[in-house]
Amino acid sequence: MQNKERAISLKKFETNSLFRKIFPYLGVVPFALLALFFLIWPTLVVVYGSFQNLEGGYGFGSLIEVVTNEKYLNGFKVSIKLAAYSALAGSILGGLFSWAIANGNREGYFRRLVLAASGVFAQFGGVMLTFAFLATFGFNGMLTILANSYFGQNILTDASWLYSLLGLVVVYTFFQIPLMLIVFLPAIENLKPEWKEASESLGGSTTNYWLRIGAPILAPSFLGALLLLFANAFSAYATAAALISQGSPIVPLQIGFAISGEVSRTNPGISKALAVGMILIVVVVMFGYFKLQSKVSKWVKS
Amino acid sequence: MKKIKRIDLWRWMIIAFVGSYLLIPVFAMLEFSTRGAPGERSADAWTAIPTFPKLLSSVYSSLQLAVVVILAVVFILVPTMIWIHLRLPHLRRYMELICLLPLTIPAIVIVVGIAPTYRVLYQIFGSSTLTLSFVYFILVLPYSYRSISASLFSIDSHTLSEASRSLGASTIRMIAGVIVPNIKVGIMSGAVISIALVLGEFTISNLLNFETMQVVINLLGKRDAATSVAVSLAALIFAFVLLAILPTTNRSRSSKLKTNRKAKVAKYE
Repeated sequence: MQNKERAISLKKFETNSLFRKIFPYLGVVPFALLALFFLIWPTLVVVYGSFQNLEGGYGFGSLIEVVTNEKYLNGFKVSIKLAAYSALAGSILGGLFSWAIANGNREGYFRRLVLAASGVFAQFGGVMLTFAFLATFGFNGMLTILANSYFGQNILTDASWLYSLLGLVVVYTFFQIPLMLIVFLPAIENLKPEWKEASESLGGSTTNYWLRIGAPILAPSFLGALLLLFANAFSAYATAAALISQGSPIVPLQIGFAISGEVSRTNPGISKALAVGMILIVVVVMFGYFKLQSKVSKWVKS
Repeated sequence: MKKIKRIDLWRWMIIAFVGSYLLIPVFAMLEFSTRGAPGERSADAWTAIPTFPKLLSSVYSSLQLAVVVILAVVFILVPTMIWIHLRLPHLRRYMELICLLPLTIPAIVIVVGIAPTYRVLYQIFGSSTLTLSFVYFILVLPYSYRSISASLFSIDSHTLSEASRSLGASTIRMIAGVIVPNIKVGIMSGAVISIALVLGEFTISNLLNFETMQVVINLLGKRDAATSVAVSLAALIFAFVLLAILPTTNRSRSSKLKTNRKAKVAKYE
């Protein structure tokens, strides 16, 4: 009896065309709500908040402060430098590493191990990575002590280099290499051995093959990976925060300082204006990445 | 013959160089955390781990967070993706856009925008670390989305869903009993990356004043460097073992494909 009633009421609903149209959309509601409250809304808060002024009113005050104040401009400069250097180092070392792995046994245990380790290391940035490098190059680090006992006073003795831009680049490169491997290995494994054989049978040398076949094919993938690595380093906060305890040389640290310190009470717009600056740069870079990526996938399909 | 050897020489030189870049710091962590009296090794830093109750409870809450985030991925993201894939294909582009959006919004920026939201959440749920799972779910979206959508596109989901529907399966049964087992590998690899990400997250939890594992390790590092290095190394090894043992690549399928291809080649020959 009850079933019958339910069937009838269901039928009623189903004849209601509006309900039928809307019903499938109900399935995406939970996800849409989460995305709305925890992704879209915070982004809007940042963009909206960047128009807050010193006095609490609205205007371009904070944004102008960010693009004219020497301190913040310098933060962006150092951040871009750090991201660019570590992306370059990571993509070159990671690219060579991908080539070395791709030329090995593809079903082998070693490749599987390297991929698993890369997955961990690429997410390894942050506090743990900082401790790893302090244990290596810090004032009491393993290599610092080793170098001192074998060579006496040398460049490694003064471990303060680790806290400079060079140190940050060295530390960041650690998580850039495995990320490069993850994104670039599929591209390099797509190079068909037939192409190399064809080039060789036509008398091409290895250099010829890489310059005229390998490089043009891999260029979009490599550039795309380079951009992704740039965005990755540019966005990173944790590693630098754990390493550098005095001063805020890069933008993410300046934002962190602004929201946890006094600055936010006197000028709540600053952290948001800095954040908008970061979003703009990352969006431009990632747009380039996605464009190159679609170029790659088109090429692979055809 | 000589040429092959030269390639191998280059390969191993590169592997040795990059490998030592990545492994020396890890080895240094082991060395640093086992230092004893001069010239001696000691396990003091490791045995001291249980003597920091705050550390243990933070490890526990980080593991809890990882479990909740994975449950959210399995019970919210996966059904939504399958549903959109099968029923609302015109929404696919928007779904992809939303899922990849966190890649363009740095975590530090999310903190800035989400702080007011968390002040409201604090009123509702209190100070439980588990409230972080909302924002962590957003953080893992790009990685889970990619691996799940890759395996969703690799199977013939429409035929599967129609077949199960024509055999009388309900929508839930169709999703849970037919589609999900077929994209298990994608879900698994998404889950593993989510674990690694949640266990390593510092930016958001630190600035929102939650005591996750990384936050406590960082605090501990200022007092007892050796022990915090030991915990870091343990977490690293834990994540590595997880990634190495969980089947994140469908080996049986790829080997099947290969034998198929071999059979085809044999036929043509």
